[in-house]
Formats: sequence, structure tokens, C-alpha cells
Amino acid sequence: MEVSPEFAVQMHGIVKKFGAYTALDHVDLDVRKQTVHAILGENGAGKTTLMNILYGLYQADEGSVYMDGKEVSITSPTEAIAHGIGMVHQHFMLVENFTVTENIILGDEVCGAAGVLDMRKARKEVMELVEEYGFDVDPDAVIQDITVGMQQRVEILKALYRGAEVLILDEPTAVLTPQEIEKLIEIMHDLIAKGKSIIIITHKLKEIMQSADECSIIRRGVYMGTVDVKNSSETELASKMVGRNVNLTVEKTPAHPADVTLSIRGLTVKDERGIEQVRDLNLDVRSGEIVGIAGIDGNGQQELVDAICSLAKATSGAILMNGQEIQNTNPRNVLNHSVAVIPSDRHRWGLVLPMMVEENTVLERHGEDMFGKGIMLDYEKLHEFTSKLIESYDIRPAGCEEERMSGLSGGNQQKAIIARQVSYVPDLLIAFQPTRGLDVGAIESVHKTLIAERDRGAAILLISFELDEVMDVSDTIAVIYHGQIVGTFAQGTVDENQLGLLMAGGEAK
Amino acid sequence: MNKVEKFLRGRFASALVAVIIGFAVAAVVLVAAGYDPIASFGALLSGAFGKPKYISNVFIKATPILLTGISVAFAFKTGLFNIGAEGQYILGTVLATVVGCSLNLPMPLQVPIVLLSGMVGGALLGAFVGWLKAKFGIHEVITSIMCNWITFYLCNFVVMSDAFHKPNSTSAVPVNPSSYTILFGMWKKSEAGKQFLAGIPWLREILLKTDLSAGFLIAVVVAVIISIVLKRTKLGYELRAVGLNRDAARFSGIAVERNIVLSMLISGAISGLAGALSITGTSPHTITLLAAMEGYGFNGMSVAFIAGCAPLGCIPASILFASLIYGGMSVQQAMGVPSDIINIMIGTIVFFTALPGIAPFFANKIQRRREAKELASSQGIERA
Amino acid sequence: MDNFILLLGITLMYSTPLVFGALGGVISERSGVTNIGIEGMMVIGAIAGAAGSYFTGNPWLGFLAAGVCGALVALLHAVASVSFAADQTISGVAINMLAPGLALFMCRQLFEGAAMTPIATKLPKILGEDGLAGTPFANLNVNVTTVIALLFTVIMWFVLYKTKWGLRVRAVGEHPAAADTLGINVYRVRYICVLVSGMLAGLGGASMTIAIISQFTQTAISGHGFIAMAAVIFGKWKPFGAYGACLLFGFTQALVILLGGGEFVIPSQILSMLPYVMTIIVLVIFVGRSVAPKADGIPYVKGSR
Repeated sequence: MEVSPEFAVQMHGIVKKFGAYTALDHVDLDVRKQTVHAILGENGAGKTTLMNILYGLYQADEGSVYMDGKEVSITSPTEAIAHGIGMVHQHFMLVENFTVTENIILGDEVCGAAGVLDMRKARKEVMELVEEYGFDVDPDAVIQDITVGMQQRVEILKALYRGAEVLILDEPTAVLTPQEIEKLIEIMHDLIAKGKSIIIITHKLKEIMQSADECSIIRRGVYMGTVDVKNSSETELASKMVGRNVNLTVEKTPAHPADVTLSIRGLTVKDERGIEQVRDLNLDVRSGEIVGIAGIDGNGQQELVDAICSLAKATSGAILMNGQEIQNTNPRNVLNHSVAVIPSDRHRWGLVLPMMVEENTVLERHGEDMFGKGIMLDYEKLHEFTSKLIESYDIRPAGCEEERMSGLSGGNQQKAIIARQVSYVPDLLIAFQPTRGLDVGAIESVHKTLIAERDRGAAILLISFELDEVMDVSDTIAVIYHGQIVGTFAQGTVDENQLGLLMAGGEAK
Repeated sequence: MNKVEKFLRGRFASALVAVIIGFAVAAVVLVAAGYDPIASFGALLSGAFGKPKYISNVFIKATPILLTGISVAFAFKTGLFNIGAEGQYILGTVLATVVGCSLNLPMPLQVPIVLLSGMVGGALLGAFVGWLKAKFGIHEVITSIMCNWITFYLCNFVVMSDAFHKPNSTSAVPVNPSSYTILFGMWKKSEAGKQFLAGIPWLREILLKTDLSAGFLIAVVVAVIISIVLKRTKLGYELRAVGLNRDAARFSGIAVERNIVLSMLISGAISGLAGALSITGTSPHTITLLAAMEGYGFNGMSVAFIAGCAPLGCIPASILFASLIYGGMSVQQAMGVPSDIINIMIGTIVFFTALPGIAPFFANKIQRRREAKELASSQGIERA
Repeated sequence: MDNFILLLGITLMYSTPLVFGALGGVISERSGVTNIGIEGMMVIGAIAGAAGSYFTGNPWLGFLAAGVCGALVALLHAVASVSFAADQTISGVAINMLAPGLALFMCRQLFEGAAMTPIATKLPKILGEDGLAGTPFANLNVNVTTVIALLFTVIMWFVLYKTKWGLRVRAVGEHPAAADTLGINVYRVRYICVLVSGMLAGLGGASMTIAIISQFTQTAISGHGFIAMAAVIFGKWKPFGAYGACLLFGFTQALVILLGGGEFVIPSQILSMLPYVMTIIVLVIFVGRSVAPKADGIPYVKGSR
């Protein structure tokens, strides 16, 4: 593409290497002014790296960047901001105990003499912005008290406050409800109308179809071309992204639910601050079925899982596993009742990263006699056991038994956790955000494993913030809102909009 | 990767680089203060290894810091910072003295009981700190320091108390000789012993002029045991898992709180043993009024860090530091250099072991230079 | 009444070095760097203050020297923990080993092998040497350092909460990546805060050796830095909170002195334990309710977010 002032941003021949690994290999990007330009690619394809280069967080090894037809050099966020680039990161860059106003002005403060903050004037400037763009944001609210959707708007305001003309949104819909996503798309079109240009990074095809004008595709660091969204289809985009034909639907046979395995009755759980996060929650999971819980992050999912695992105290109610109460005991006892959990944050809850792979695969069961008699731990047995898991779950690189877990890729780490949890042959398998941060291939394999476990006769409780995942994989869909199950549906009897409304606290039509 | 690079990325290299920098900094300080660094280091060396009895004394000095070193290393491997080794050591000396001078049993009973009481003292103090961390989440560093000072004054209290004070002195009553762990203590003073030793001057010098005791051997055994516990047992596995990722350990059904207390208990017991062995192994075989911290716990930390917190690595590390400390005294005598130079050196060494990238930093430089060279030569080939 | 005034006077006197140390802890930890080395920096300040005052005859120059030397030692900690992303606890511990060695070495070097300095000129009291002598309020004629400490507390509060520099420091301590994306130089902010921390700790050491006592001794600073760190936690990482906590610890010290000289028969060694026991008790009661800055103690490495 020629360099021309028609384009807000042009990046040509960008190469970025991390050591021996080439993250970006001559990637091009041409963003027309006043358009929404999507960058599509799997996790790890290099989308975010490309944007971090544009935002000055990384320096490219080769290639040039042009804005309005002129070459620019951006070596720090400060310079990016000066060039009118604003970025909304996937994990919000907000100081949680600061107010909205403090977060917006940080680094570009409104000051009187000698660096003394003029908070009144700052607040007024923020208010003006809020009104100009019609955002629903309270400038005095503290970040940790407002919804994720509002936090995202604060991030956009941060960029606008600095006079951004080009906005980069990194996976902006990952944490939003369908209704919030609609609102975001509205905001994006509004910004375009006011003269801004938007780059959106995503791996969600549907949103590209809804919001973007053009879409550039990156596969494993290689530029695969740019398509006009109007003349394309989800399937075409998907195969360009993955490099093969992708089956977008999850294949499974009908479920054959049997007895109730997990039964939760009137469960109430408070967090550390004493606020009820789970209130009077009722839920049954039968063996041979997958119950999926849909909901927005922060509606009691974490506390529910913690309570089942006996990591959080149930202030009232009961959790029954095969008819026996397990609440308020300890994690060891819960494990002994044949409950296995795939945790949401694998680095925090699932793995001891500096330990070897073979040590990680026996985290719960190192005490069993099969791994050594008495007080000794038999590393040969660990090795043998782990080799089998590595083979049957295709954990790569092969022969990584004595490597540190931290050396494995995210997808392989997740495979290791799933292999470990399934190796118990559990009666109940809880999968909390099991595909977070995985690429398409890995997601497919996780879903297949869940369904295979169901068909073996395990009860599966799937908790996910990705509505599509819940809708595709579950046999029964339950919606959680403010710590309660506000609706339960058989798969196929409910659509996305109904679920979205329930997730946001509305009434189902 | 060439050999130098590989070496520099290893653990031993980090320690070596830190030691070299420690000597270099000390040399700079010495020059600045007007001393001859080469002569000073020479005096240091001959003061530590010049005579058989010096070498024996180095091992005697190494014993307590090897044990406190293992104590700190063990805690560190399980994610805890036992800066309280000093206090646990002191409590070990106090309890060993109290028990050792109150009881007078036959040696095979007396020695284990005295050593055990020292261990119990250290273990309880360690467990208390662990409990404060597990139960209330108070950082062990602060509580350990507080406990160090509390035991410091407790020791002085016991020394000055009516029950244990030795009149007209600044120390408590010595323990009964049946508590001694000195090697060949009885035999070497007997006629037969003297006659035998007369023929072997170096052994005579070591045995009769120093308090060579079973301490160092016991400490080495402890190092081996702790190393096995950490690497080859289920307990060690759990403790390490708790130390490296508390949340994942808890999630997997490991009793995190119990393991924290247990880890500090074991760590404290080792430091307590160090204290007890000092009482049973070296004169005056009792506690004395403390004016300042003796530094056995703090030197143990240096030992542990330079050893990369590997229990077996503590053995050479403790000998290194013991020779610095013991040899440092001769530097003061021979050269008039204040022996505090040794503390500066040790502090510098620990500081540089804290910098994880220091040896790999040099490795990276070499790598880059090599890569640049290879690139240049490969381009040369292409052109040709 | 007399006893009350005495108690108040001694409380203010003994809390002063702690206040400096604790303020140092607050500023460093607020920017995200744990500073266990406060103790060592106080020791360096203690010798620099006493020696500076002795040689120049001007205690203010000694006070200044203490601040500068404290900051120099802090520079080591900053290099290790900010630039090299080192283990901040180990680096702090190393400083705590290095500093007393260096202090004693300098002391012996300067004063013919003595482990303490000669008597140095002290900083004045607020109302001069005989300000309230003869009145019942004589003990309230506190050291000028006590007022400086209070002044610094006010200044730190103002800077942290009312200026853009403070906003940036707090942001860096909570979410350094966020600050970085807004063009704030995380490393520079942390360097400055650690240096200020060392300066304050140095002043704290000097306020022991040239205000409370008049010379440097080996035990002039014995655990004060660590008590100051406990005060930081107890004071919830806030300047005035830390100030109040230090007053409490100063109060226990005053009790030790009063009870030691009084008619109660408590062995002095047991009394000496009081401040340390008190620290543990206070921590047990308050630590669960106090939340550290989120990024405290975590090295910031660009690109790892």
C-alpha cells in the first residue's frame, strides 16, 4: 500500500524478534481515517505485539510507521500520546483505588503552582469530556467500585483526554455482556463520526462483522492480508486466521444425565469485606451432563468455586457431593470426595511454575503410595506417570518431564492441568474459564476433553465468562447474577439476547 | 554457547563473581583508608590457614554459621525468610546452658538432652514466628527481628538472674562437663593421650590448643539430611510447593498454614542446635552478658545466600566465611586494619548475590559479542 | 502531673528517630519498593551525623551529612531493586550487614580505633538549652528534630495527596504498568523515592546520635529501623498513621525508662523487651486490617504485564 495522508496509521514491513523467536515477520497495516480497522489473529499470533510497537512500548527491529502520510518514530508511550495515539489495554491499566478523575489525569495532571493538583478544575475538564461523548461515568467514583463496562469507558476517556485521534482497543469485548458490547459498538461508531480512527484487536469473528470496516489478519507473526469486511464471511475470516478450515461448532452427542452428583442448596458466601457474593444459590449437576454457568466476571463465580473447594466459608446453605455435605471442611476433604477443579487462573491456582512438569502433575496426589512409600517421594514413579500423561494429552514439547513448568506455553500448561485433573477419574469436574488465553486449536481440544469426561459419566460444571463457550458446550445453561442463579435452560431453548439480559440483571423475555 | 558462557550462567559463577566483587570492594576501601590490600589479604590468608590450629579454629567457627546457614537456606527454599536465626541461636544457647548446668547425667544421656533442649528452644521460637505469619499474615522478617531482641534481653536476664549467675563475672554458670562435645576431650588430656600426641605435632596442636568438637561433623550430617528432606521426601515437596506458590498449594489440598509453621519450626530447631553446640563444644561453655548481637544468625544468612540456599552448598560457604571472620582478626593484629572490613566484605558479597543477573550479565555480553562475530563472518561468507 | 509531662517528653524524644525511619519506609513502599535496609541507613546516618558534627562543630552540617550518606546507601538498594530487579529483601538485608560494618570501620578509622565517636555538639532544643528549666514543663522543651519530624510528616502528606508528584508515586506503587503507559518513568519515580527514603532514614539515625545522645555508639541504633517498618504497616502506609504508630512505640520506650527508674522492681532486661513485645502485639492486632500498596516489593520489568 502506498503511503498517503488518507491513512491515519500505516505500518510497513514490521519485524520484531524476541531472542531467537520472531514474533512479527514483515507485517503491514494500513488504517484508513475514520474507519474501524480490525486486527484478527489467534492468541500469540502477534496482534498485541504489533500494537505495543505502535504505542511505543516495544521497538520494532525493522519497518516504518507513518501517520497522515508522514514517517514517524515512536519510542515511548509519551511519544505515542503526543502523536495522538491512545491505547485501551486488554487488562485495564487503571489504578484501582484511585477515582475516575485521578486515573484520567494521571501523567497529564491539572496543576496550579508548584505541582499542586487542582482537582476542581480537573474534575470539570473530565465532566466536559464525559458530556461531549455522552458516557455514563461518575468522575468521583473509585475504580474498584464501578462495573467493567464503565472501567472500559474510563480507559477510552483517558485516551480522549490526551487528544487521541487513533484509538487502539485490545480485546475490548472479552469481559463485556452482549448488551455492553452493543453499547461499545455504538460508542465506536460515534467516535468515528467525530473524526477518530479505531484499531480493534480481537479473535472474535462476530464482532468484526458487526463493527469493523476492514480487517487485517495475522497468523503466527505473518501478515495474511486485509479484507473488506462487508464482502467477507465469518468462515472466510476464520480459515484465514487459522490456516485451515475450522469447525466453529462443538460436536457432541445428546447427554444422558443420571443421578445428581453435586447439589448446592441455599448457599451464601461472603467475601473478605463481609459482602455477600453468593446468596441463597441453588444448583444441581448430574452425572453425564455439562452444566454451564453464564455470567459476567464478578457475579459470585469465584466465590462459588472457592466455597465448593472449601477455600471460602459458606455462611449458610449446604454443598452435597453424592449426598454428603462437604462445605466448610478443607480442600483435601473435597478432593477425597472426587472433586477435581480446573482453576480460572492457572498460574495462580493451578501450577507451581518453578517446579518441574513431573512435580506439577502430582500436585494433589503426591501423598499417594503409588508415588513413593512412607515419607519418601519416588521421582522415577513421577516420571513414569507424567510420561503417560504427556503422551495421551499431547503435551509439548515431548519429553518435558523434568523441564520447569514455566517453560511450557500457556496451552500446554493448561493441557497439563486438565490431564492432571482428569487423571483422578473424578465424579465432578469443575472447569472455571478453562480456555482462557488459549488459541483455537487448544480450545477445541479442551472442549473435546470436557465432553469425553461427560460421556464417561462425570458431572461437569463449566463456568465461563465467554457466553459462546457456555452456549456451545453446555447441556444445561444456568445464568448467575449477583450471586444467584437467575435462570436455567436446556441447550437450544434460549438465545444470546435472553441470556445477556439475565446476565445484566434484567428480566428474560 | 561456549564454556565460559555456560559457566557464567551456572549457580557457582554467581557466587564466585559476588566473592570477587566483595574482595574488590574491600580492596578499594583498604586503599582509600591507607592500607596495603595485598598485604592485608595475605595476613587474612595466613591468619586463617597458616597453622594447623588456625585451620581447626576455622572449622570451629564454621560450625554455628553452617547450621544457621542451613536453617536460613531451608526456610528460604520453602518461601520464608528466617532472619530470626540469630534469636533462635541465642535461645538455643540459653536453654542448653540452663539444662546443661542443672542436669548432670552420664554423657551418652546428657549430651543428647542438652542438644535437644537447645533445638526445642530454637524450634519454639521459629514456630511462633511461623504461627504469626500463618495465622495473622504478619511478615516473618519483622517479627523475627523483634524476637531477636527479645531473646537478646532474655539471655542477659538469665545471665544476671540469681539462679544462674556466676558470681564476680559477666557470665552464667558453665554447663557440666558431661555435656561437652569436644573430640577426645578426656583422652587427649590423659597420660596415654599426651604420649600418643607427642609424636604427631600437628594433631597435638589441633587437639590440645583448640576446642575441636563433634560440632562440624554433626552440622554436615544435618546438611545432608536437610538436603534429602527437601529433594526426595513428600514433606520437602509440600514445603517447596507452599513456598513457591502458596495459592496453588492450598488449592491442591496441601495444608499451607501447617506447613509454614512446620518449616519455621524445623528451621528454628537447626539454629537452636547451632546454639547448643556452641555451648557444649567451645569454652567458656556458658552464656555471657551480650553487649551486641553476636551475628551467628546474620552470618548464617550470608552463608545461605552465597550457597544459593542449597544445604550442601552451605558447607563450603560456611568454611569461606569462617576463614574470613577468623582470619580477619589477624588482619587487625598484623596490619591494624579494623576487622569490620570483613563485615563490609560479607555485606558486599551478599548484596551481589541478591543481584540475580550479575553473572549472566557478563554471559550475555560474551554471547552478544560472539553473535556479532558470527554474523559478521557469515555475511563475509555470503559475500564471498 | 510531673510524671505525665515527663512521659510525654520522653515519648516525643524517643519517637523522633522512628518517625524519620517510618517516613522513609512510607515513601519507599508507596512507590513499590520494600526497604528493609532502613535500619542500615539509620546506622550510617548515625555515624555521619555524629562525625560531621564533631569535625565541623556545627550539628546542622552533621545532620545534613547524615541525610546525604543515608541517601548514598539507599542508592545501592535502588540500583539493586529498581535497575536489577533483585530480591528486595535480600538487598535490604545485605545493606543491614554492610552498613554497621562500614559505620564501625569509619569510626575506628577516624577515631583511632574507638568503636564510638567522641562527644559531638548536639542539635539545639526548640527553646534553647534552658528554655523551660525550673518550670514543670521543662521536659517539653523537646529536640528541634522532633519538630522537624512533624514538619516532614506534614510535608509528606501534602506531597503524596495534594500534588502531581504524589499522585504519580502512589500510581507507581499500585499499578506501575498503568503509570508506564501514561508516560510516567516508573524507574525514575522509584529511584527518587528510595533515595528520599534513605535520606530520611539517615536523618533519623542522626536524630539519635546528635539530638538524643551526643555520640555514635555500636548500639545507638538497635532495631529502630525495624520498629519503624512495623510502624509503617501499623500506620497503613500513611504519613500520619506512621507518625501515630511511632508515638506509640516511643511511649513504650518512655515506660521502660520511667518504670526502670521507679519503685517497681522489674529487672531492666525484662523492661527492655517491652518495645519489641509491643511491636508484635500491635502487629497481631492491626496487620490484617492494613493493606499494602499492590505493587510493593515487586520489581517492575518493562513488558511483563
